[in-house]
This record gives sequence, C-alpha cells and structure tokens, in this order.
Amino acid sequence: MMIRVRGLNKWFGDHHVLHDVDLDVARGEVVVVIGPSGSGKSTLCRCLNRLEAADSGEILIDGVPVPEEGRALARLRADVGMVFQNFNLFQHKTVLENVMLAPMKVRGVSRAEAERTARELLARVGIAEQAGKQPARLSGGQQQRAAIARALAMRPKVMLFDEPTSALDPEMIGEVLDVMTGLAADGMTMVVVTHEMGFARRAADRVVFMDGGRIVETGEPNAFFDSPRTDRARDFLAKVLTH
Amino acid sequence: MSALFDHLPELWQGLVVTLQMTVVSFAGAVVVGLVIVAMRVGPVPVLRAVATVYVEVLQNLPLLVLLVLAVFGLPEIGLEAGLTTTAVVVIALYEGAYIAEALRSGVNAISAGQGEAARALGLTFGQSLRHVILPQALRTVVQPIGNIFIALTMNTSLAAAVGVVELTAAANRVNLLEAQPIPIFVGAGLAYAAIAACAGFVTGRLERRLAVAR
Repeated sequence: MMIRVRGLNKWFGDHHVLHDVDLDVARGEVVVVIGPSGSGKSTLCRCLNRLEAADSGEILIDGVPVPEEGRALARLRADVGMVFQNFNLFQHKTVLENVMLAPMKVRGVSRAEAERTARELLARVGIAEQAGKQPARLSGGQQQRAAIARALAMRPKVMLFDEPTSALDPEMIGEVLDVMTGLAADGMTMVVVTHEMGFARRAADRVVFMDGGRIVETGEPNAFFDSPRTDRARDFLAKVLTH
Repeated sequence: MSALFDHLPELWQGLVVTLQMTVVSFAGAVVVGLVIVAMRVGPVPVLRAVATVYVEVLQNLPLLVLLVLAVFGLPEIGLEAGLTTTAVVVIALYEGAYIAEALRSGVNAISAGQGEAARALGLTFGQSLRHVILPQALRTVVQPIGNIFIALTMNTSLAAAVGVVELTAAANRVNLLEAQPIPIFVGAGLAYAAIAACAGFVTGRLERRLAVAR
C-alpha cells in the first residue's frame, strides 16, 4: 500500500474539516477525489505530505508514518510530489532553475545531471522551449506543466494534485490533463483532487467522493458515474454533469 | 571658507573613519538582520521569542544610550575593546534589528505558496529560506534597506558623543579652533549628503535590476 490513512481528523478552529477519514491507495493506483467545495478534499490532500498537520489519526506513506516537523519530514516530502492549484513556481528563478533546484539541494545531484534531467522533463511536458523564461512569462497551462516537471524531477513515489486545473482558463485545462493522463498511463501512483469529471472517468482507477469532511462513497469510475449508490453523490453528479 | 579648506586633512580623516564605520557596521547589521529574521519566521518557538525580544529591545532604546552603556559599562565588567570597535559593534547590533524588521516585511510579502512548494519538494526550512524565500524577500525590500543604510550613516555621528573622532567629531574640533560653525558643519553635512545620495543611486539601480516579473 503506497498511502494508508486511518481515522484522520482535522479541525480549523471549531470547524471539523476531516471526519475519521480512511483511505488506501495502492502502488500505481490513480485515485481521483471529487466533491463539493468545502468538503475537505484539498485538506485531505495537504495532510498527506503534512502541509497541514492532522489533529488525530495516522498516515503512512509507503509503510512509513509521516514524521513530525524536521529533517525526517523533509526526506519524506522529497518522495511525495505535489502540484498546487496556483502552480507556486519560484518567481525569481527561470523555469529550468525551478526544476533543477530541489534535485541539487535535496538529492545532491550535480548541476550537469540536474540540468539534463530537467530538460528531459520539460520536453516530456511539452515546454522545452520555455526553459530559460521566468515563470510569469508563461501561460497558466505552461506554468502548471512546469510545476509538474518540477515535482517529477525528484522522482517521487507518489504524486499529489491539489485542484491542478482550477486556476486555468478553459482552453489550457486540456494540455495539463493530457500530461496527467500520460503520467497515470506510465504507472505513477496519483491522488488527484479535481472538478474535472471527464478526467476522473478516463484516468482514475477509483473515484472517492467526499462531502462534509467524510468519504461518502468510493468506487470504480464507470460504476460511480453511471449509478452512484448514495443520494448525496447522485445529487452532486446531477448538478455538475448537467452543464 | 578658509576655515574649512585649511583643515581639510583632519576633516578628511574624520570622513574616512565615518566611511569605515558605516561599511563595517552595515555589513554586521545585515548579518545580524538575516540571523534574527531567520529565527523570527522559523518554526522553533524559543528562537522566535528570543528574536522578537531582541528586536523590541533594540528598537525601543535610543542608540546614544546603547553607545554610552557599551563604552562606559562594558569595561566595568571586564570587556575592553577600542572605542571605534565598540561603537561599530553597537551600531551593527542596533541597525540589525531594523534590517530584520525590513526583511520580515519582505518575507510576509511573499505568498505562502512559495514556501509550501519549497517544503513539498523536500527542502528543509533553512533551505527554503535561503533558496526561495529570502532571495525574493530581499528584492522587495531593497528601498527600505537603502533607507536603513542612510540612517545608519547618520547614526555613526552619535559615536562622536563617546569619543570616536569621526566626521562630526572632527568638524566639532575644527570649529573649536576656528569658531566658524556655518562653513565647517555645512561642509560636513554635504559629505553626509553625498554618501546618502550614493546610497540612493545604488538602491535605485539595484531595485530595477532585481525586479522580478510576477
């Protein structure tokens, strides 16, 4: 099991955002988490690499409990790639430098090797010719693909995507989803929080539906989208799929 | 006017001391500021508290009081150092608190996502600060730090009060001989103004060169 979550609880003040969440993600599995805004899906994603500290429960990544703050946590995060809604590329560095930084500083890779890997990855996500530019000069879709390349440069065991297309113009969503679909096809273990139902149906091995901080329903995508078992999921799908 | 030109060598010597004090204490203040801001935005509660107290104490005491305390108090407890050295260290520690606060406002101006992305990649807190946060923070506070440099230059004149013969003290000595305060202090003032103008020019250039597209 690549990710194992048991009895996860998280509060923001008085607000109980995650309610006894259990989740297993197998090696090579693509799990897409969907649900209405405020259902806790992003928080769940951010708890997996401890960008949010859970209040109770346990999280194991590849059999190892996620450590408290410190070097051990940094080591674990190096193996868990993350892609954010707002890309979060380092604004003062070129796209190439963004991809090279962590392999050099965290893994101790030589500059030459880091650059070779970075260029390969930028080519793989289709933005090789943007390598020397500052992130702000790129379109949103290009920035998000650069951010995916940056995460992949660490050769992570698992990739977390926190609403990776929610900040993009509609015509750029496709290019990012294509890269993600390619990754999924290559066998990457992925947890994807998204509102893209088409992607969920196409690329997911399993869909997890969350509402009110709980996992309400989980299932194989075709079964889930064609005949959801819970009223809440049926309601949600009726709203998002009608237009 | 001749009062000024007859004593150029003494005044020049004073200006050299002022410049030396300015450069060395500014370098020290930058180091102090970086250490304090790293403690203050870091995850360790004790260090945050120490840094906060440091900034509050040094910002809330007049520099002159600190200088007098150090020059006359430290020898009492067996710490002897040259007058100029003592003054430089005190100014560096004092201005370091201001640099730390300027840097902290720069750190706060960087979106939280930058630090999250750095940590998510496996960078330690120190690495995130060094490679991602501070380089961006510095760019946003070039102008305030330039202002602190100018204030520091002016503040070196307080060392005159504890016996360091820098530009202001040299001008004062010349005036005691010549009793011509207007040309002598206008001359000294122009020298300070020239240093400040250079600092303003350099910060302006730096700010344009370091500008980051957002």
